[in-house]
Amino acid sequence: MSSTDTLRTSADDAAGVEAGLDALETVPLQRTPVTVVLRRKVLPPVLGVVVVLAVWQLAYSLELTTPDKLPSPADVWDSLTELWYAGTLFSIIWTSVWRGLSGFLLSVLIGTPIGLLVAQVKPVRAALGPVLSGLQSLPSVAWVPAAVIWLGINNSAMYAVILLGAVPSIANGLIAGVDQVPPVFLRAGQTLGATGLRGARHILLPAALPGYLAGLKQGWAFSWRSLMAAELIASSPDLGLGLGRYLENQREFTNMSGVLLGILLILTVGVAIDLLFFSPLERHVLRSRGLLVTTR
Amino acid sequence: MTTALTTSPDAPGAGHPDGDFAVRLSHVHKTFGRPGTAAPVLDDISLTVAPGEFVTLLGASGCGKSTLLNLVAGLDRPTSGTIDVPGGRPALMFQDHALFPWLTAGKNIELALRLAGVAKAERQAEAERLLELVRLGGSYKKRVHELSGGMRQRVALARSLAQGSQVLLMDEPFAALDAITRDVLHNEITRIWAERRLAVLFVTHNVREAVRLAERVVLLSSRPGRIAREWRIDLPQPRRIESAGVADLSIEITEELRGEIRRHVQH
Ligand SMILES: Nc1ncnc2c1ncn2[C@@H]1O[C@H](COP(=O)(O)OP(=O)(O)O)[C@@H](O)[C@H]1O
Ligand SMILES: [Mg+2]
Repeated sequence: MSSTDTLRTSADDAAGVEAGLDALETVPLQRTPVTVVLRRKVLPPVLGVVVVLAVWQLAYSLELTTPDKLPSPADVWDSLTELWYAGTLFSIIWTSVWRGLSGFLLSVLIGTPIGLLVAQVKPVRAALGPVLSGLQSLPSVAWVPAAVIWLGINNSAMYAVILLGAVPSIANGLIAGVDQVPPVFLRAGQTLGATGLRGARHILLPAALPGYLAGLKQGWAFSWRSLMAAELIASSPDLGLGLGRYLENQREFTNMSGVLLGILLILTVGVAIDLLFFSPLERHVLRSRGLLVTTR
Repeated sequence: MTTALTTSPDAPGAGHPDGDFAVRLSHVHKTFGRPGTAAPVLDDISLTVAPGEFVTLLGASGCGKSTLLNLVAGLDRPTSGTIDVPGGRPALMFQDHALFPWLTAGKNIELALRLAGVAKAERQAEAERLLELVRLGGSYKKRVHELSGGMRQRVALARSLAQGSQVLLMDEPFAALDAITRDVLHNEITRIWAERRLAVLFVTHNVREAVRLAERVVLLSSRPGRIAREWRIDLPQPRRIESAGVADLSIEITEELRGEIRRHVQH
């Protein structure tokens, strides 16, 4: 180092170039304004629903079939207000939602350690991996008769069916998440000293989170489906009146507008929980990692 | 501009014969798969890096540079031979920045501090100081994807420094950057190396980069990887990559490298 003077000027110079490069290469991230979100994300589905309602009303008005087979949208609306005034609407929804959500949470508690074990321990993976994949493609409604014989027509049977539907999805999501962790993260973690449990906690689990969340989302969809199927098939006063039972009751009364209302409520609850809970969580995680491509 | 250029082609693997060292490899062999079946990737590598010394390891791609660095980092074991790193686990920087996208720039550094056993109360201030050091003072809360390629490598450098190791291993860390950014990062690494008196083992396939940075350039041959030759470089730092001194020596080393590669033409 002969001359400190040249050293300093060239260092200042370098700092300037560096700051300039940083400024040039940093693209400011823009948030889409609310009006644009409304126009692009909210308006199209609303229009879609309006079109469906219009077609439905038209089919009714043209008397394509008898009203006891195809009631009008207004008839279904009347069934809804009827439930509302009878004061049973929320208790019906809540009975099923509570069962669905607690079954789902139980599935998370069971599916997560199973997923981790299968992802990380080779012999366990060889033994259980194919079983989990197989179970995932088996419609869990197939378990309803078995669950009823083993456990009786009660809440335990409902939970068993939910678990058999959701646990494989959650475990498989986590396994996929772990498998997709780029090896460079694991190696970087290792050089930083994150091995064993510390590695799992600081590197592996956070890195696997997107896959895990996708599994949770699917796990919820499976929980809800399995529960509705179970409620439809298994009938007992012990079970209380949930959405599936309500739907089946309406069929027994051959009340088509009640049947349609039941279907719409099941659909709405399933979608609403996804939209209110899972989608925002997933979007937050993906966005914070720069994995969400903003559509322009 | 040009100062006296002294090159001394030392005997291969000589380095610093005695006393204190930051990294020492003795007769290291590495073969992937069962020994005997596959050709060795590294063959009898002996190399010593002194404390505070900047060594670049130069070689064609596929000659075993990353393999060698992984061995020194402890990510893999040599088939035979010994590797001593008396200061403990060295820091390693990858070509791909390998920053964790679920953490901010600052938190990436804090994780390294935490894993190195720095007390919780001191982590944030220390992380901010390290970001200052790589001239990214305002970027604590930035996510990895919000940073440019050069900024990511600087955060990665800060994270490596956070480990507190006196040995820094770098595996082609600037290979994916454009020339201007790379030039800036050469200045940074030279400055930080001088300030912190780090021992640096820097892997590259770029001859000029090797000459720009190093006090000593070690040329690795291909298949098997052996130390072919080394040069001591006494040009004053900071050097410019376009300077005549760097260029002259680069030409000489490139010739040697080409010779090494030509040896592999099938007879
Ligand atoms: N894990 C591995 N298993 C088998 N062969 C490997 C492995 N890692 C590297 N190699 C081989 O070793 C040689 C050197 O690789 P590498 O060290 O990555 O080269 P460089 O970093 O110099 O480009 C290559 O021929 C590569 O195919
Ligand atoms: Mg390499």
